[in-house]
Amino acid sequence: MSRAHYSIFSVLRESLRGHTGWGPAWREAEPKPDYDVVIVGGGGHGLATAFYLAKHHGPLRIAVLEKGWIGGGNVGRNTTIVRSNYLLPGNIPFYELSMQLWEGLEHELNYNAMVSQRGVLNLYHSDGQRDAFARRGNAMRLHGVDAELLDQAAVRKMVPFLNFENGRFPIHGGLLQRRGGTVRHDAVAWGYARAADRLGVDIIQNCEVKGFKREGDRIVGVETTRGYIGAKKVGMAVAGSSSRVAAMAGLRLPIESHVLQAFVSESIKPFIDGVVTFGAGHFYISQSDKGGLVFGGDLDGYNSYAQRGNLPVVEDVLEGGMALMPRIGRVRMLRHWGGIMDMSMDGSPIIDHTPVSGLYINAGWCYGGFKATPASGFCFAHLIAHDQPHAVAKAYRLDRFATGHAIDEKGMGPHPNLH
Amino acid sequence: MRIACPYCGERSLDEFLYSGDATVKRPDFASPTAANEFVSYTYERSNPPGMHRELWYHSAGCHAWLVVTRGIATHAITSVEVARDVALNEKPATKDSI
Repeated sequence: MSRAHYSIFSVLRESLRGHTGWGPAWREAEPKPDYDVVIVGGGGHGLATAFYLAKHHGPLRIAVLEKGWIGGGNVGRNTTIVRSNYLLPGNIPFYELSMQLWEGLEHELNYNAMVSQRGVLNLYHSDGQRDAFARRGNAMRLHGVDAELLDQAAVRKMVPFLNFENGRFPIHGGLLQRRGGTVRHDAVAWGYARAADRLGVDIIQNCEVKGFKREGDRIVGVETTRGYIGAKKVGMAVAGSSSRVAAMAGLRLPIESHVLQAFVSESIKPFIDGVVTFGAGHFYISQSDKGGLVFGGDLDGYNSYAQRGNLPVVEDVLEGGMALMPRIGRVRMLRHWGGIMDMSMDGSPIIDHTPVSGLYINAGWCYGGFKATPASGFCFAHLIAHDQPHAVAKAYRLDRFATGHAIDEKGMGPHPNLH
Repeated sequence: MRIACPYCGERSLDEFLYSGDATVKRPDFASPTAANEFVSYTYERSNPPGMHRELWYHSAGCHAWLVVTRGIATHAITSVEVARDVALNEKPATKDSI
């Protein structure tokens, strides 16, 4: 029974009959000739968009078109961290909505996504960095987000094994968001897919969009590898490939595609409780429930669609790890991989109309897309349903670069590889 | 990925800094549509999945600016030129746009 409600009773029932009664979590849908809304991209954001459209804005006939398979893209390639510790007014309310949606996600989806609010600790290593973190923490608290500025003693109590007396980068303290943490990434995709399917959304896998069909300046459908599908509205949520898909509609985006590498070690006993980030280089680490250390660092820094990176960044990330916590030096690396990021020109995302009527864009997530998944879907669904941006996402305009309203959290200017 | 600098030979990637798309050209500020052209020049990129002409700076080497042609999906480099030569081979700039 694919539509069964998951509960302690269903687990008990299935455990008594050898787990023979679990059906597929969602239907294998065949494309229909037309829909009210077609979402291009069956990643976390596309599935979340379909779910919130069906839940809050229905009844609508909705399809999600996925080139590969559900959970096979960036939603399954990230380092699973969720947080809302942003600085700028354009960002904080959006990411805080996302955090609140994470907090209620498992009940909303009836799916165990292993949401674990284990805390995100950003370390500072100088007086200047402490001041910057105090400012960030204050900005968060002014928006009602939890933030605590810790001194060295408090950090020592939480994570005593860090290299506090590092000659170049001594650890003076950290900015802690206790509500941040990790979520099992592929369960997010599966949970949204199952919940959307239960609301009647068609999830169509192995269906690549090859072009948009227009009448005048209006989208009327998409050409796919499984034939033509008509649509009143089309939303693209294909971060990593946004430029390629948008080019089919004649758009040129403020985005470059870059590769970001991530790493997992062999499984070890419980060691790191929360998420810890090194403020002197770029290194962040957490421990998965299976015991592997999950970590990453900077972008490789050049345009790429290759889903694999180069060795200088591997070296740089591991150096950061060794500077922060030398005791991981004997842990063996299990695997590493690369994912393709939509790096926007100001480091912030885009959720907006496009100049093509009926075509909506959700793109530019840089390497912060996973934590944004629920709010991205929520706000994108709102935009598609009402033709108006949601209040917390109204800064994410496609034309903000032309009008001088860039949201440059890091202050790097129009250099996508530096955000 | 290693880059064959025309002056230094094949060198590791960590000697170089990346500076993005080499095909965007600074518009003429005197053009009546200069504002839009500068938005496009500063922010919009073709970001093609195939071959990409891009600027690299040999910061830990000879300090040359290079134009590298590279396959974005494969990372295979097909040519490395000195950016100065590329600029000189293009149409000379008009007086107004210098």
